[in-house]
Amino acid sequence: MSILVNKNSKVLVQGFTGTEGTFHATQMIEFGTNIVGGVTPGKGGGTHLDRPIFNTVADCVKSTDANVSIIFVPPAFAADAIMEAAEAGVALVVCITEGIPVQDMVRVKNYLQDKNTRLIGPNCPGVITAGEAKVGIMPGFVFKQGRIGIVSKSGTLTYEAADQVAKAGLGISTAVGIGGDPIIGTTTREAVELFMNDPETDAIVMIGEIGGGMEAEAARWIKADGNRKPVVGFIAGQTAPPGRRMGHAGAIVGGADDTAAAKMKIMEECGIHVVSSPADIGKKMAEVIGKK
Amino acid sequence: MNRLCTHFKTSTEAEITYLRRNFLLMNLHEYQAKELLKKYNVPVQEGFACTSVQEAEEAYRQIKTQTGSKFAVVKAQIHAGGRGKGAIRENGMNGVKVAKSLEDVQDIAGKLLGGTLVTIQTGPAGKVVNKVLVAQDMYYDGPSERKEFYLSILLDRSKGQNVIMYSTEGGMNIEDVAHDTPEKIFKEWVHPSGGLQAFQARKIAFNLGLTGEAFKNCVKFVTNLYNAYVGADCSMLEINPLFKASDDKIIAVDCKMNLDDNALTRHPDLAALRDVTEEDPTEVEAGKYNLNFVKLDGNVGCMVNGAGLAMATMDMIKLSGGEPANFLDVGGTANAQTVEAGFKIIMKDPAVKAILINIFGGIVRCDRVAAGVIEAYKNLGNINIPIIVRLQGTNAEEAKKLIDESGLKVQSAILLSEAAELVKKAVA
Repeated sequence: MSILVNKNSKVLVQGFTGTEGTFHATQMIEFGTNIVGGVTPGKGGGTHLDRPIFNTVADCVKSTDANVSIIFVPPAFAADAIMEAAEAGVALVVCITEGIPVQDMVRVKNYLQDKNTRLIGPNCPGVITAGEAKVGIMPGFVFKQGRIGIVSKSGTLTYEAADQVAKAGLGISTAVGIGGDPIIGTTTREAVELFMNDPETDAIVMIGEIGGGMEAEAARWIKADGNRKPVVGFIAGQTAPPGRRMGHAGAIVGGADDTAAAKMKIMEECGIHVVSSPADIGKKMAEVIGKK
Repeated sequence: MNRLCTHFKTSTEAEITYLRRNFLLMNLHEYQAKELLKKYNVPVQEGFACTSVQEAEEAYRQIKTQTGSKFAVVKAQIHAGGRGKGAIRENGMNGVKVAKSLEDVQDIAGKLLGGTLVTIQTGPAGKVVNKVLVAQDMYYDGPSERKEFYLSILLDRSKGQNVIMYSTEGGMNIEDVAHDTPEKIFKEWVHPSGGLQAFQARKIAFNLGLTGEAFKNCVKFVTNLYNAYVGADCSMLEINPLFKASDDKIIAVDCKMNLDDNALTRHPDLAALRDVTEEDPTEVEAGKYNLNFVKLDGNVGCMVNGAGLAMATMDMIKLSGGEPANFLDVGGTANAQTVEAGFKIIMKDPAVKAILINIFGGIVRCDRVAAGVIEAYKNLGNINIPIIVRLQGTNAEEAKKLIDESGLKVQSAILLSEAAELVKKAVA
């Protein structure tokens, strides 16, 4: 069943009737995702895209048994939306919204601690299980079905990796865009762990960026876990100057461990197949899988 | 490369460097930050921001009347640290200077205003001083010993909590303290649900070795400062030195404050404090087109959708023998207008020898992007450097056909490895 989402996932959309919500919900429905309804406070009782609209996430869950939520609400209200979904017992919340104030995320992270909700994002492209369900904004056709898992901080770089994997004659089980913000719900290590335990994933592509310590943490975990599946790694930002923000709020070099070079070294030491050019991700994966 | 870019021996040192870098963020001037702190009842070294020598004279007179002291401090207001040791290129005046008389104030303010201040953090280009802060002198004599401490508040990403970092070793470069004596740096994490507790503020005051009135003042100071950090959505707030005066007052003598860009929508008053004259003019212009641009010192310009792919593209340029001239994320909408603006911004730099456009079309269709590139190219007329366009994703084949049949001197690619080869040829 790959990880996180599959054809049985019942997905609700928060910010359902907005421009972004409408556009991407339409795309997800076309892909085959089971969108069961949406939430727009004040518009409950109506329908949109032939699905029911609810005033609250709790109402939506009660009527539809939704177990996944995807959030498109504006940044000022996104933290609230995440907490509402968690309170309603939604197991997986994918927050696409970019630009959430960091102190809001401090509160969210704390709020989620005693909830049974996994958050992906914010500021991420979402999650896709090839051929089954797309809960995100990625171009679905790029993700050919297969047995390679992808975990990435970046959106378009995830599509790039998926495309290269497909061109190398392989395919994707699930791809997870974890987001590039300083505080995110699911870390690289957690996503990697899910893939390691997934019988439908044979190998993992792990894409990171400068800034933070998540890739190093994941690499050390992979080694301690016994390198059960091969991992191909790439870190974007080898040429980014220290101290400058490169688009993602989290992508900033602050110390010894979070430069691209330092991360690549740690990953190599932990048995990860690191490529220095982003053009070599697919090729390297084919090589590694071939060797196995 | 300044010293901040060197390698670090301790994690604390790395963290401090991380905090001191201006990431995320909107910078405030010292005088603006102090005004903001006063609203939260944080005691600051009082002063007046001045744009002329006349204003500086008037400020000095007022301070002299209020304090009864002939001493005052004149401080250049720029978005960079190291001002005290830095100097004005034209006349050697230091960026922070004590004045003992009206004549001193005239001399210092006259030399600072309009001058270019070069400090360890500005780089050799320096920054033009448009304002000076004329402030009271806090180093007056009194019954107890004066002391300088360090205190900052920032986000600990790994814990997802705010942390107060402080040290008895203030007034100096805190990175040196972290490097030489990491045991002298303390940290206090603040739980998000409860906020800063009184016992935590007391612990900080005790660890700084304070007693009596100074202890009580410090507890209040730290509590109010934390409120300011949260209330203004700061991403970094650094007080160095945190000063204990000879009469046991606890005062912010200097203040470095960065605000979270993402939170400015709920603080329109703070958003209005932005000083664009302190920012790179090209980066400001790019911002008008919603382009995320950072100038670098290379020879291959690039225009990419997505921050991660943009950084990866820069890396690929380097591996192909070039040096990236910029970071440019065009975001989700790569149309003729944004591409044209991107071209113009990149080509302002005469060092650029080639431009690579790398778009992975998802929701954005590649053929539309290609049409935008062709239109922008035609609008601009004479582009004398090689343009390499790599479009992959939705309708990539149609896009390549459009480019190839446009008759323009644009090289097209679909695979990233093909684009890398074209860059290699262009810089060879």
